[in-house]
Amino acid sequence: MKAYKIIVLAKQVPDTRNVGKDAMKADGTINRAALPAIFNPEDLNALEQALRIKDKFPQSTVEIVTMGPGRAADIIREGLFRGTDGGILLTDRAFAGSDTLATSYAIGQALKKVGNIDIIVAGRQAIDGDTAQVGPQVAEKLGMLQITYVEEVTALDDNSITVKRRLESGVETVKSPLPLVITVNGSAPDCRARNAKLLMKYKHAKTATEIDALDEKSKQLYSKREGLILKEWTVADIDTEPDQLGLKGSPTKVKSIENVVLQAKDSKAISSSDEDIEGLVVELLESHTIG
Amino acid sequence: MNNIFVYCEIEDGQVADVSQELLTKGRGLANELNCKLEAIAIGHKLNGVEKQIIPYGVDTLYLADDERLFPYQTLPHTSIVVKLFDEEKPQIALMGASSIGRDLGPRVSSALHSGLTADCTSLIIGDHFDKKQDKKYENLLYQIRPAFGGNIIATIINPDCRPQMATVREGVMKKEILDENYKGEVVTLDVAKYVDDTDFVVEIIERHMEKSKVNIKGASIVVSGGYGVGSKENFKLLYDLAEVLGGEVGASRAAVDAGFAEHERQIGQTGVTVRPKLYIACGISGQIQHRAGMEESAQIIAINTDSEAPINSIADYVINGDVAEIIPKMIKSYKKNSK
Repeated sequence: MKAYKIIVLAKQVPDTRNVGKDAMKADGTINRAALPAIFNPEDLNALEQALRIKDKFPQSTVEIVTMGPGRAADIIREGLFRGTDGGILLTDRAFAGSDTLATSYAIGQALKKVGNIDIIVAGRQAIDGDTAQVGPQVAEKLGMLQITYVEEVTALDDNSITVKRRLESGVETVKSPLPLVITVNGSAPDCRARNAKLLMKYKHAKTATEIDALDEKSKQLYSKREGLILKEWTVADIDTEPDQLGLKGSPTKVKSIENVVLQAKDSKAISSSDEDIEGLVVELLESHTIG
Repeated sequence: MNNIFVYCEIEDGQVADVSQELLTKGRGLANELNCKLEAIAIGHKLNGVEKQIIPYGVDTLYLADDERLFPYQTLPHTSIVVKLFDEEKPQIALMGASSIGRDLGPRVSSALHSGLTADCTSLIIGDHFDKKQDKKYENLLYQIRPAFGGNIIATIINPDCRPQMATVREGVMKKEILDENYKGEVVTLDVAKYVDDTDFVVEIIERHMEKSKVNIKGASIVVSGGYGVGSKENFKLLYDLAEVLGGEVGASRAAVDAGFAEHERQIGQTGVTVRPKLYIACGISGQIQHRAGMEESAQIIAINTDSEAPINSIADYVINGDVAEIIPKMIKSYKKNSK
C-alpha cells in the first residue's frame, strides 16, 4: 500500500479572537502577555486532513513544521498528542522580523532539506495576519503545485489527489498530480481531540533548548529517550542566503503603526424606555432614513 | 514601464466588481503618479470585455484568451502575469482579495520577489525616509491595513522591490466609470509565448458557482449583530427587524465564528464592506476590523449593554440596553408610526 510523506505547516499565534480589555496597556500599546498563544485554528483543520490520509494509508508519515520562538515547540507537541509522527521547530533570531516572503523562503529551504515530500498541508491563513500568503509562497519557492481553499480530500492514489474547494461564490472539485501544497479552510472538519495515550507518551517531549534548561538529573533521562527529543533547526541547519532572511529578506516593511484612537462622534444617548425608542423611530421616519 | 497594473477577474463574461473598484482606485493613483493605468484580463471568449474595463480610465488592456484559461487555474495565470510583469515592470500591481487574487497574488509576489500586502483598507501615495541608509524614497504606495486583532493600524511599504503589490476586498474601494468613451489600447497577447503546456496539469472536474443570495452590499439598511447578541435564537430578532425595515442582516466576525450567522454575512476587513443609509449595530463591540467595514454608513445606531464599547464612539445614536428587549420595541414603534 502506498505511503505518503506529509508535512503540515502550522503556526503558533496570539489568540486575537479573544482580545479582552486587558490586551491593551494604559499607554495604548499591546500587552502581548495578555493574549494566550494558540495553535492557529485553520492549521488544526489542515492537521486533521493530514491525519485522515494517514488513517487510510497507515504507512504514511505526518510531521509538523513550524517557525517561531522556542515556545512554539508546543505546536509540535500538540501534533504528537493528536497523532503525528514528529515535527521540526525552525527557530533562530535570524528569522525575526520576517514578512510572508522571508518566512516562506526559510520554510521552503527547510522543506528542501526534508526532501521527497508528497503532500504539504497548511491552514488557509493565520488569525494574527490573515494574509493567506505563506502556503502559496512556499509552493512557489519549492516549484510545487498549489490548491487553496480546500475543504475535503475526496480521493488519493499513487500519483494524484482530488479535492473539493470551497470558494467565496461556489465549490470546485479538482484533480492534481502530486507532489503539491494544499491550504485548508476553516469550513473543513475540526481536528480530532488529543489522544490520552499519546498525551502520556509525549507530554515530556522537549527540544534540545528546553532540555538544556533542566537540571542535570533530568537531562540524563533524555539521553536514553531519544524519541522524546524534538527536532529543532536553526539557520545553521539549513542552506540559506543570509540576505533572504528576517527583516533583510522582507520586501515589505512596516512604515508606521498607529494605535487605534477613536474620535468620538457627537452621539445621542437613548434609554431603553418605550418612549425613547419610539422617539428615535419617529425621528428616523421623519428624516426618511427608514420607511 | 513603471505603470499601475490591475488584474481583472472575469466570470461569465462579467468583470468582477472588485476589479472595477481597483481600476477606479488605480486611475486615481496613476493620476497622482503621472503614469498609465494598465489592466490584464485572462480567460476565454474575452471579446467585448474591454467595454467593462477601458471606461474606468485604462490606457492599455492586455488580453490573454484561450479556452484553457477559464476557469482560473493557478499555474497558467501566474505564468502569464509573471512574464508580463517582467516585460512591463509595473511599479504597482493590484488584485482583488478574492479566492482568485489570494491564490494568484502570493504566487506572483514570490516569483518576482516583490512584497504583497493583503486586505488593504486604504492605498495612498507617500514618501519615506530611511534613517539607517540615509535614503529618501519618493512616491511609494502606502498599503494601510488593520493588524494584530485590529488593535493597530499598520502602514506597509515596499521601498526597494517592484511591483508594490496589494490585495483589496470587494466593496472597500468605490467604483466609478471615468469616461464611457475613454481611449485605451487593447493588446492581445500570444498565449503560447506566456504559458507552457506543462502549466495545465490540474483538472477541474466539477464546478458550481452561485451568486450569493445575500445582498448586504446593496442594502440601504443593515441590521448587524455581534457576539453580544448571545445566541442564534436572538439573531432571529435581527431578521425580524431587517424584514420590517426592508434591510439585510449582517454580522461581526465574532458572531460568525460563534455560528450565529453565515460567513457571507460577515461585515468588516475580512468580510464585506457596506455603506448603507442606516447601520444598526446590535451587541457589537466595534473592533477596528469591523468598523473598517461599516464606518462610512450614513447613520449608525449602536445597541449595547456596554457603555464603553468602541462602537459607541462612532455611532449617531447609542441605545444602552439589551438587544432582545430593544428590537421588539423598535419593531412595534415602527409598525405604529409608519405609513
